[in-house]
Amino acid sequence: MQSRKIWAVAVTTTAFVLSVAALARDLSVVSWGGAYQDAQREVYFKPFMEKTKTPMTEENWDGGVGTLRAKVQGGNNNWDVVQVESEELLLGCEEGLYEKLDWAKLGGKDKYLPDAVNDCGVGAIVYSFILAYDGDKIKADAPKSWVDFWNTQKWPGKRALRKGPKTTLEIALMADGVAPKDVYKTLGTNEGVERAFKKLDQLKPNLVWWEKGSQPPQLLASGEVAMTDAYNGRIAAANDKDKKNFKIVWTNNLYTVDSWVIMKGSPNKAQAETFLVFVNDPQNQKNLPPKIPYGPTAKASTPLIDKSVLPNLATAPQNMASALPINDKFWLENLDKLSQRFNAWVAK
Amino acid sequence: MLRGAAAALHAALAGADDDAGDLRRALRRSRRREQLRAAALVLPLFLFLAACFVVPIGAMLSRGVIDTDITRILPAVTAALKNWDGRDLPAESAYAALIADIRTAREAGTLASAATRLNYDVPGFRTLLFSAGRQLPAELNGSARDALIGIDPKWGERETWAAIRRAGGPATDFYLLGALDLRRDADGSVVGGPSEQRVFRDVLGRTLWISAMVTLMCVILGYPVAYVISAQPPGRAGVLLFLVLLPFWTSLLVRTVAWVVLLQKEGVLNSLFLSLGIVNEPLKMIFNRFAVYVAMVHVLLPFMVLPLYSVMRSIPPSYVRAASSLGARPFTAFWRVYMPQTLPGIGAGCLMVFIQALGYYITPALVGGADDQMISYFIAFYASRTVNWGMAAALSIMLLTATLALYAVYNRLIGVERMRLG
Amino acid sequence: MRTGTETVGERVTGIGLAMLTGAVLAFLVAPILIIVPLSFSSGSFFYYPLPGFSLRWYQDFFSSSFWLPSLKNSLIVGTSATILATGLGTLAALGIWRARFPAQALVLALLISPMVVPVIIVAVGVYFAFAPLGLTDGYLGLILAHTTLGVPFVVITVLATLSSFDRTLIRAAESLGASQITTFRRVTLPLILPGVASGAVFAFAASFDEVVVALLMAGPGQRTLPRQMFAGINDNISLTIAAAATMLIAISLLLMIVVGWLQRRSARLRQSG
Repeated sequence: MQSRKIWAVAVTTTAFVLSVAALARDLSVVSWGGAYQDAQREVYFKPFMEKTKTPMTEENWDGGVGTLRAKVQGGNNNWDVVQVESEELLLGCEEGLYEKLDWAKLGGKDKYLPDAVNDCGVGAIVYSFILAYDGDKIKADAPKSWVDFWNTQKWPGKRALRKGPKTTLEIALMADGVAPKDVYKTLGTNEGVERAFKKLDQLKPNLVWWEKGSQPPQLLASGEVAMTDAYNGRIAAANDKDKKNFKIVWTNNLYTVDSWVIMKGSPNKAQAETFLVFVNDPQNQKNLPPKIPYGPTAKASTPLIDKSVLPNLATAPQNMASALPINDKFWLENLDKLSQRFNAWVAK
Repeated sequence: MLRGAAAALHAALAGADDDAGDLRRALRRSRRREQLRAAALVLPLFLFLAACFVVPIGAMLSRGVIDTDITRILPAVTAALKNWDGRDLPAESAYAALIADIRTAREAGTLASAATRLNYDVPGFRTLLFSAGRQLPAELNGSARDALIGIDPKWGERETWAAIRRAGGPATDFYLLGALDLRRDADGSVVGGPSEQRVFRDVLGRTLWISAMVTLMCVILGYPVAYVISAQPPGRAGVLLFLVLLPFWTSLLVRTVAWVVLLQKEGVLNSLFLSLGIVNEPLKMIFNRFAVYVAMVHVLLPFMVLPLYSVMRSIPPSYVRAASSLGARPFTAFWRVYMPQTLPGIGAGCLMVFIQALGYYITPALVGGADDQMISYFIAFYASRTVNWGMAAALSIMLLTATLALYAVYNRLIGVERMRLG
Repeated sequence: MRTGTETVGERVTGIGLAMLTGAVLAFLVAPILIIVPLSFSSGSFFYYPLPGFSLRWYQDFFSSSFWLPSLKNSLIVGTSATILATGLGTLAALGIWRARFPAQALVLALLISPMVVPVIIVAVGVYFAFAPLGLTDGYLGLILAHTTLGVPFVVITVLATLSSFDRTLIRAAESLGASQITTFRRVTLPLILPGVASGAVFAFAASFDEVVVALLMAGPGQRTLPRQMFAGINDNISLTIAAAATMLIAISLLLMIVVGWLQRRSARLRQSG
């Protein structure tokens, strides 16, 4: 009977698929996508695969410790190595979402910048959130600070900010005249939070949200927005690659470190560790800033970097002068509460 | 198939002395056998869908009303709170039980799940639990109550403890109420949630409104098109139908991408308008409600045109002609004679479009703005971006109830087996 | 329009209707027609007029380490899901057609319901159910979910074919001494085959276009083509997407022609049978 043949085919297919599914999966590395991940692919991923003959898959994500919680608590974790932001590192480490790192394998904690060392994570890059605009569209009388970001009279057009309370609330307060050193003190009070949301209310009709680091350059390029906050490296990469004339305002930039973590229970832990050793080798790290100006985290890397890119790094002294270091401890305590408030505010 | 019945009939008729009872019994037996065979053919798919569709969805939905995390992770304190009257602060024993629970949970690495659950109810609870876990001294000297309140005065508030008791399960209405922007206060009565967190009524209303508007636009655009096509000679009707079917077959993502390209600020339409001098500066046509309507109508219009067309094709033109020859004005002839006959098509099309629109996710996510997202977006958000599965389930319950109710109406009026595909 | 004695009003209505229809049909087809030429652009932006003609985006598609594997994944998942859905769906449709059994209407409504239940609910449901079983780490979870979504299409098309199937043919075959199995193979199957095949095409198209389940469930190793396109729109919007879209349009056109041909064939078979 024909249906029996169909069954035979179905059973064979299922058996085949099951056997495919039973195979161990490849090491998967998750980063922030776009120009940044393109650079990482050239500098880290491809050389790593060639050198160690380890097959690897990549993925990109747009952050949020909830995504990682959902993966681990839902039992659906198909990620091994993930690049995370500072408060995701602290939150996730405390909640047991990551494997503890073996620092001896990574050459000891002294080898790295202090901000790049954590029980669960090792720093990947040092970077800044900066104000960016298109120099071909705003020529004379350019904006100089977050205060100007709010001035839609003088500089008409939409604004883009990253969808989430972290960085957005700090920027709102600085635009409202709070000095960088007082930002977290203010944000720690209810009045401070109200003040930040009030300031955002003013801009809301003109706000567009981005979620992935690759979006701000696109929003600027398409003319969708006149100004945006952005990762400094993406803006430089767009200028470099797509011959854009985007300008960066470093005043009151928000400075921070991203880290690599290994997800809890990863079946590829050994390969993941080898990968982390590879990406923290100064000989490899020095190749990243020329492709995208994000600072290295191993101390020995900086002297090896091409001198011409140093002024574009977040760590350049003139860029550090007015910077606000993002306070990861603050966000560890307040992220959940402020996220809830922020999401409700956005959805309205 | 029927051979069994035929054979039985034959045998019964052949024997002259067989009585009618035998005949009936044989027929019944053979019909029963037929039914069993038929059911056996359906069974594999039935079991497959039960395992891969009904059970998973049922299990997911049950998370919206079942709440056992806290009893599992913090067993001592939930037991201690059973007898709490809720009027004053709980007894010292409850404080001591909580401290013991926090220590065990911290050790077992389960504190995060408990913290996540309680944080949904009282924002900031996560911090409360974890800072207690971090700061509690290894040896308690003195009262457990003082120790906890010393770490955070919130432990001295009734609401904090009420939240733990509310999460004690096993059943809960917390998420369902939350999906309607409601919550229970410390005394257990239902009140509105904090105003800055009320979003879901807006979202539900928006989902219904967008679906209704899209359905309406589909009828307005689809009706004349179906009418014109049905009036064409077969050859030309075929060509025109092809134009309706092509987008129907084209990947949803491809069409959504196309709209992004067309509508974006420096996209195809804006550059056309600018060069024709229709506008002086580019129009904002994407990441807003307009783009959502355009893209959704585009995707769903074929579902309106096709059932309308198949109904209209079967209406003999002689009816309208008869009405006209009896002196009816064209509009009257249309409205009183033609239109009523197309009502089944309108009904089928509207239900199809509305049901599908309710569950839309990808299109609004790609072309809409933050305040154009429909309920599906929030289900996905709670399921994969935070681990608030209870909320995802509660919202799913609402969406599924609405969808299934309409599906039942469709089934009743039109019949599922008559659904048209391309 | 139909008679020679139409009034001015009728003529105006007719012209108005024709123009409206033209506009709506243009609206339906325009996005597709606009994206196809873009994929052959030599520039890298979504602009008209095109700066020149080139195949660079197709080259990019076939040399990228993302697009081609995602096409492969889509084909693996789509084919497996189609085979499963077609087998299960055809059997079930035959069962429903064969005899009425208790609660049949309810069972049929259940078999069709994956088409009606919002995909996000299916996706979240299978995601939670499959993850603890380890099914989300390979193709299997995705295949099972896509089978679920494809089944209603097979059931509907096969039932539609069967509804116009003449049962006397079977009785005729059996009265000529053919066994049940022979009757099925020689009479029923050839007549319903076009319906089965078009059901399979629908099921394949459903899987090939599915993005929500893939978005939630697929790991980096099972990225399907729509999943990759979604990531592309969100992340690196480049004209490679237009190239991928153009190829998808070509595939849908092909599938559509196949179904049209199958349906005509099945109609002809019925008339001659």
